[in-house]
Amino acid sequence: MTATPLLDVRDLAIEFKTEGGAVRAVDGVSFSVDRGKTIGIVGESGCGKSVTSLGIMGLIPTPPGRYAGGEVLFEGRDLLKMSAQERRGLRGGRMGMVFQEPMTSLNPVYTIGAQIIECLKAHGMRNAREARDRAVELLDLVRLPSPSSRVDDYPHQLSGGQRQRVMIALALANNPDLLIADEPTTALDVTIQAQILDLMRDLSDRTGAAIMLITHDLGVVAETCDDVVVMYAGKVVERAPAKDLFDGPMHPYTLGLMAAVPRLDTDADRLETIPGAVPPPWAMPAGCRFASRCPLATDQCRQSPPPLREIATNRLVACWRAPIEEIAA
Amino acid sequence: MLNVIAQRLVLSVPVLFGVLLFGFLLMQIVPGDPALVVAGPSATPDVVAAIREEMGLDKPVLVQFWSYLERMAQGDLGRSMISNKAVTEELAAALGPTLELMIGSMLWSVPVGIAMGTLAAVLRGSLVDRAIMALSVAGVSLPIFFISLVLIQWLGVTYPMFTFIGRPGPWYTPEGFNGLFLPALSLGLILIGPVARMTRSSVLEVLKLDHVRTARAKGVSETRVILAHGLRNALIPVITLVGLQVGYLLGGAVVTETIFSWPGLGRLAVGAILSSDFTVAQGTIMLFALGFITVNLIVDILYSLLDPRVRK
Ligand SMILES: Nc1ncnc2c1ncn2[C@@H]1O[C@H](COP(=O)(O)OP(=O)(O)O)[C@@H](O)[C@H]1O
Ligand SMILES: [Mg+2]
Repeated sequence: MTATPLLDVRDLAIEFKTEGGAVRAVDGVSFSVDRGKTIGIVGESGCGKSVTSLGIMGLIPTPPGRYAGGEVLFEGRDLLKMSAQERRGLRGGRMGMVFQEPMTSLNPVYTIGAQIIECLKAHGMRNAREARDRAVELLDLVRLPSPSSRVDDYPHQLSGGQRQRVMIALALANNPDLLIADEPTTALDVTIQAQILDLMRDLSDRTGAAIMLITHDLGVVAETCDDVVVMYAGKVVERAPAKDLFDGPMHPYTLGLMAAVPRLDTDADRLETIPGAVPPPWAMPAGCRFASRCPLATDQCRQSPPPLREIATNRLVACWRAPIEEIAA
Repeated sequence: MLNVIAQRLVLSVPVLFGVLLFGFLLMQIVPGDPALVVAGPSATPDVVAAIREEMGLDKPVLVQFWSYLERMAQGDLGRSMISNKAVTEELAAALGPTLELMIGSMLWSVPVGIAMGTLAAVLRGSLVDRAIMALSVAGVSLPIFFISLVLIQWLGVTYPMFTFIGRPGPWYTPEGFNGLFLPALSLGLILIGPVARMTRSSVLEVLKLDHVRTARAKGVSETRVILAHGLRNALIPVITLVGLQVGYLLGGAVVTETIFSWPGLGRLAVGAILSSDFTVAQGTIMLFALGFITVNLIVDILYSLLDPRVRK
């Protein structure tokens, strides 16, 4: 290990209390993000991607949620040990987040300018004039047309794509080092999706912010990310530099996802090529969680969970049968 | 904004007509003969017949209705059958005290109810929450006359701090304020429960919404998240509820005014009905209806102030 990574998630576990007992939505997830890099988190819906990112931001509703173990090191300091006050200072300051639902993520009763200014003030900007100028500047940065007049618009006067731009402006308001984007384009039209992704790429280049991009669109990951974390049922099943991963996936699940890459010209944003579904958190199998859907599963897979191990340089895979290239061949 | 008001005013025209029609029909269906009341118990049939003719009661219903509308358009609500004063005069004298009582009771109970509901929502499931909810149920299920009598006994008799008979003066005088205290306190109590419960559930609902998560993601303080995002948005349904409760409050005012000998519309209406003073009863009931229309208009205006989506 050389320099401390910007974000280092170690063995993170998050549980939710439900009627049927505690369910572990995130179970021992580890990965790290270096400064200025883009990391992609992929996996079918329900795999724990959102819970992981909310866990990093400190936005898990507690109760019913609770941190059940692990560490989230931000520049070497464990966020989970910080005071609530200190964590709040990081949110919207050095770490910003864009959510999946642009239509509902802004407060309908305040102007978008007021909502950006609120974020600036929460992080120490006192001068009202300065805050307003900065809000306009941010709206300009995210390429909202005529920002100096639209700053006084209410969210309902904006389209979904425009609202997501405002969300990005909010997340970038205080020049964060880390931008978490949880499926930022899933709810948008295909043409708008590309624009928003372009915008995020461009802004991270300009501001040097690291991006944690959650998506189930592997095409986007291939174009955008330096590293990829593949999650399945609350666990990391594969971690690799993006280029290596696309050159040769080592986990059968990753391979399945790649076969299911949705094409931009179709509406299919669900990954349906892998038969079966993610097991629900309350019915996790004892062995490999993917075993029931895996064409290569053996008795060993069904009985004991495979650890995440380094199979080649920078390639971590949690599969008893990995690497699978030889098997598939 | 002006748009909303204009729209509402246009919409209230048919409602107003309905109120007028209602007032007229009321006179048609009340038991007893208005002419008999005016003439008094010892009048001869001839006198009664003369009075009936004078009042137009022998004309066809439609003709009566038309002349009724004409009189209403001129603001002539007739004369009291008992005191012979103009009904408008009686209403004007009683309106002030009733407004004073209604506003006085809402001015403290709505903020207190909202504060209690917000506190209960934030401390959901705690002892405080349960205590507040238990209190608010008690407030609704206890009849207002009971609350009033307890308050009179306690703060009027045992610890005689407040007067409880009549209205010694307008609210801004010391004795007037003192006299307003107990009636406004007991009338306001019936509003606290519904407001607190509505606020609680509304705040809880809003705090689950995505935009509250965004506020937290911005690093806004938790107090601000709850007040500026949770409560602020939750106020929209609460205001609607308060508007609806004003009707309930008017009903309560009738009881409160009677108990405290408060010279307001409620007492005027009850007195008029008991003494078969039809014209005064009709006038107060129509004024109540007009009050409703006004309250709804105010609610609509507040609504558009609170929610930019309904503004145009
Ligand atoms: N508030 C919650 N209460 C109970 N379970 C939850 C809650 N939030 C998420 N979960 C569970 O956590 C799991 C992972 O969800 P999520 O992280 O949203 O998946 P993804 O973002 O990968 O689609 C799901 O099984 C979901 O049911
Ligand atoms: Mg998600």
